[in-house]
Amino acid sequence: MNNALELKKLYRETVLDHSRNPRNFQRLVPADRVAVGHNPLCGDKITLYLCVNNNLIENLAFEGTGCAISLASASIMTESVKHYALDEAQHEIARIMHQFDSSNPDDATAEGDMAALSGVRAFPSRIKCATLAWKTLEAALQEITETTTTE
Amino acid sequence: MTATDPDIEKLRLDFPILAQEINGHRLAFLDSAASSQRPRSVIEAVSHYYEHDHANVHRGVHTLSHRATEAYEGAREKVRRFINASSSREIIFTRGTTDAINLLAASFGQSIEPGDEIIISHLEHHSNIVPWQMLCERNDATLKVIPINERGEIILDEYHQLLGPRTRLVAVSHVSNALGTVNPVEQIIAAAKERNIPVLIDGAQAVPHQAVDVTALNCDFYAFSGHKMFGPTGIGVFYAREEWLERLPPYQGGGDMILTVSFAGTTYNDLPYKFEAGTPNIAGAIGLGAAIDYLLDIGMDKIQAHETALLDYATREISTVDGIQLIGTAAQKAGVLSFNLDGIHPHDLGTVLDHQGIAIRTGHHCAMPVMEFFGIAGTARASLALYNCRQDIEQLIHGLQLAIGMFRS
Ligand SMILES: Cc1ncc(COP(=O)(O)O)c(C=O)c1O
Repeated sequence: MNNALELKKLYRETVLDHSRNPRNFQRLVPADRVAVGHNPLCGDKITLYLCVNNNLIENLAFEGTGCAISLASASIMTESVKHYALDEAQHEIARIMHQFDSSNPDDATAEGDMAALSGVRAFPSRIKCATLAWKTLEAALQEITETTTTE
Repeated sequence: MTATDPDIEKLRLDFPILAQEINGHRLAFLDSAASSQRPRSVIEAVSHYYEHDHANVHRGVHTLSHRATEAYEGAREKVRRFINASSSREIIFTRGTTDAINLLAASFGQSIEPGDEIIISHLEHHSNIVPWQMLCERNDATLKVIPINERGEIILDEYHQLLGPRTRLVAVSHVSNALGTVNPVEQIIAAAKERNIPVLIDGAQAVPHQAVDVTALNCDFYAFSGHKMFGPTGIGVFYAREEWLERLPPYQGGGDMILTVSFAGTTYNDLPYKFEAGTPNIAGAIGLGAAIDYLLDIGMDKIQAHETALLDYATREISTVDGIQLIGTAAQKAGVLSFNLDGIHPHDLGTVLDHQGIAIRTGHHCAMPVMEFFGIAGTARASLALYNCRQDIEQLIHGLQLAIGMFRS
């Protein structure tokens, strides 16, 4: 059962702050890679822009609309993987996906602002909101041009 | 029953599911437009049937088969009376509204020719859009859409413009599930009838809230679902005028819909069985019959009066909430409050309200064209049924204030 404490853990101040003032919230022109992620259930949609140089994510930014969880997750993600090598970013995606998977034990690997989103594990219906940005990043890394959906 | 809550409190006791707490709070169930709850009498009718009377229908000479057939056909007669059809031959049991519409699209659709036109409205549920889109694609026909205004009302003048020599069918909802708009179906039907164009009414959101008389409406087809009117899931009704059912080809082939089968050919069964291939949802039909008994026992007029008063109250109360935008402000509305709150995404709102024991629906409500019209991805939707009371609304308003405190500070 969810209680008031779990709700507070879901909407931590860090999460609310990122959702109200998302970082790197803009369109990048020109961008080397553009990927679109869509959660058809709730209509959340983000477009991710990457500038890649020498296999390094030099810059990334996003635009879109969504709930507090999906916006915060996207905002935190852009801060955390900036300057990562592409393969490091790929590893980070795997690690974060594992962290959000509520069937895994809470191994407390989350760090930084991303840890603020760990409360979502208690809300199975909201996990897709938290993973949307990361799935979109994965599509960008793999240069998939079709819209990525959570379904 | 009036708008006074003591009466509703008594009636709520008929619904066992409402007695529970959700996340430590009284359950305020405001999602009946998605699916309503069931009174004990429906649950008991279904279990009584399984405990005492089950066998396959229309097939056996033994006692149980006879009882099951009587109960199943008895339910059909209850449906007939409930919507005032002229004969129970006009009542086809389906899986629900979606299934009923697909039946019509598949069967009636066989006569649709390239260049023919089918008219729907901008307010439709996906289930009254997609089957027609598929048919138009298949048969090279054209789908025409009646536009709506900013209050979420069908624009009748535009509808009259769309009616033309190639119009083969008009398919519109009685009540919009996304906004609660009650459509002027009488006028829509009358205008089509002047040109001999048949009309399908999607009544999924109408039958739980108001008396429906298909004879007075003069529609050709009417579809609805059991689970939105306090009956079981997986059962619904396709009403069609007998002359149509005689003419239309069957939908699915199989047992029960035939009289004789040989490899040289098959003769179809009489109505309504021609359209009910295979073992039907017997328990579902019986449960639906019990739901109809329950509704008629209270009285559809009383139900409608109660819900109208409660919707008025809810609309007034919710309008005082800071930053609220009501989506859908039609003059004629039933049972639905669709809204957005400044700075709070409906999805987040749904989660916060759930923590207060309040069940609402968030998202596009299977009506994405409506959302697109208003330029939004979705709404939060509180929907009413006969068991809702002022306390549910007070709880909702309190929950909204709480969400505002959390997200806007
Ligand atoms: C207006 C309307 N039409 C059709 C449907 C589809 O009903 P069902 O899913 O029971 O087939 C619904 C259900 O949401 C509805 O509200």
